[in-house]
Amino acid sequence: MIKKTVILNFPRSLTTEPITYKLVKEFDINFNILKARIKPNEEGLLIIQIKGSKDNLDKSMQYLDDIGINWKLLSNEITWDNKVCVHCTACISHCPTDALNIDRSNMYVNFDHDKCIACERCLDVCSYKAISFGDLK
Amino acid sequence: MSKTISEINEKIRKGTAVVLNAEEIIDVVEEEGLENAAKKVDVVTTGTFGPMCSSGAFINTGHSSPKIKMQKAWLNNVEAYCGLAAVDIYIGATQICENDPENKIFPGKFSYGGGHVIEDLIAGKDIYFKAIAYGTDCYPNKEVITAINIKDVNEAYLFNPRNGYQNYAVAVNMHSDRSIYTYMGILHPNCANANYCSAGQLSPLLNDPLYKTIGIGTRIFLGGAQGYIAWQGTQHNPHQKRISNDTPVSAAGTIALIGDMKQMSTEWIRGTSLVGYGVSLAVGIGVPIPILNKEVLKYTAVKDEEIYATVFDYSEDYPNGKVNSIAQVNYKQLKSGKIVINNKEVPTAGLSSYAKALEIANTLKEDIKKGNFELSEPVAKIPSTNSTIKFKSMSKTNK
Repeated sequence: MIKKTVILNFPRSLTTEPITYKLVKEFDINFNILKARIKPNEEGLLIIQIKGSKDNLDKSMQYLDDIGINWKLLSNEITWDNKVCVHCTACISHCPTDALNIDRSNMYVNFDHDKCIACERCLDVCSYKAISFGDLK
Repeated sequence: MSKTISEINEKIRKGTAVVLNAEEIIDVVEEEGLENAAKKVDVVTTGTFGPMCSSGAFINTGHSSPKIKMQKAWLNNVEAYCGLAAVDIYIGATQICENDPENKIFPGKFSYGGGHVIEDLIAGKDIYFKAIAYGTDCYPNKEVITAINIKDVNEAYLFNPRNGYQNYAVAVNMHSDRSIYTYMGILHPNCANANYCSAGQLSPLLNDPLYKTIGIGTRIFLGGAQGYIAWQGTQHNPHQKRISNDTPVSAAGTIALIGDMKQMSTEWIRGTSLVGYGVSLAVGIGVPIPILNKEVLKYTAVKDEEIYATVFDYSEDYPNGKVNSIAQVNYKQLKSGKIVINNKEVPTAGLSSYAKALEIANTLKEDIKKGNFELSEPVAKIPSTNSTIKFKSMSKTNK
């Protein structure tokens, strides 16, 4: 099983297509929606984490290409800029997975990217704009 | 056994002064006792870094040609106060950008304002500047549009009417059924999180709780420059309830600060955006405490677990001016990441950076050890517990 995070940009004509349904049904893809902004007759945006065999993932990507969805892989969903962070710790109690955590011996904030589920709860909490949503900024 | 500030300065000039930060002094006093430590240690450095809304900058832009008496002025589209002489302005930290959507789509982002203008000035960035006027015989110009830069203006200095709060509230949301967006951060319903804002054992006024050494004219670290305490801050309240070590249990004393922005660094001065609330300025302050005697030393050895803060509800009590203590917790508990309120474990987070506060205390320590920073004798005291000043609210408010 391979896990990838993909950002999908839907043209207006495709916002009513049941794309995630097809990914599950035809390619046996396991997915987790991280962000969705899809309304009929507007361009849509979907960020999903997908899991599946390499073969099925390749086929899924081919399917997305075929129907005309502009997609790209997100390697870095949430970014935390150590140089901008002042280590106030305001984000800490809002992070559900301890991806944002403190070394209590010196009170410096750290970010463990592997633990981050991109729930975005930290985005509004940071007063210094040290945390941003990767490519979407 | 006592020392004077001039004796300490003599040691600083010779490079023999013993300087410790307010964290290190705790262990030294524990190991060596007050008597010995007071002989040995000359200065204890403190620090704090956090949003301090009552901050702002005076700028004299220099005259345009022809001259203008500015009536209204904007820096990067943020309005500055012009009710002063022709080209003197004051840009306040919490002033929001013109046409900011505010909280129309709640919660507003408040991504740029006075605090950010101050940070951008210090960063050396060009600032888009516009001023308008009605025109006079001596100042005929009615509009100026240009770029200004800190290196070109005559003066740019911070003058912060209220900084360095001696302790502060811990904020929770007890009553609202939705998350609330306050200057104390985002607070979730049912007391789901608690935010605090003090450097605790490193905080300047908590290390000199009765203002025995800190006074008007005290030279300090301000935003990376050498600044001064100009006055007691607004809302200075020495009569806040105190515990036996003389530290107050909530917001008490404050200081008004002044310092040259041209010498400052964005490492220690930062604009902040508090979602749903507005903009502010994070200020880095360090105050040296001369160890004149063992009484002064004893105060500097105060520890996080000996400093208490009061938990207040920011959903109903605070907005309505009700002073209703929900709990009292100490800074060791707050810094551990959880406190207990009404038998419930509540996660905590700070708004004041302890890590930065310690960096400031250490920077100041090194500056003093290198002889780059001498202590100043305060020219007057700030009002303490024996003063008659009283902290008031408005006597009449419209219903």
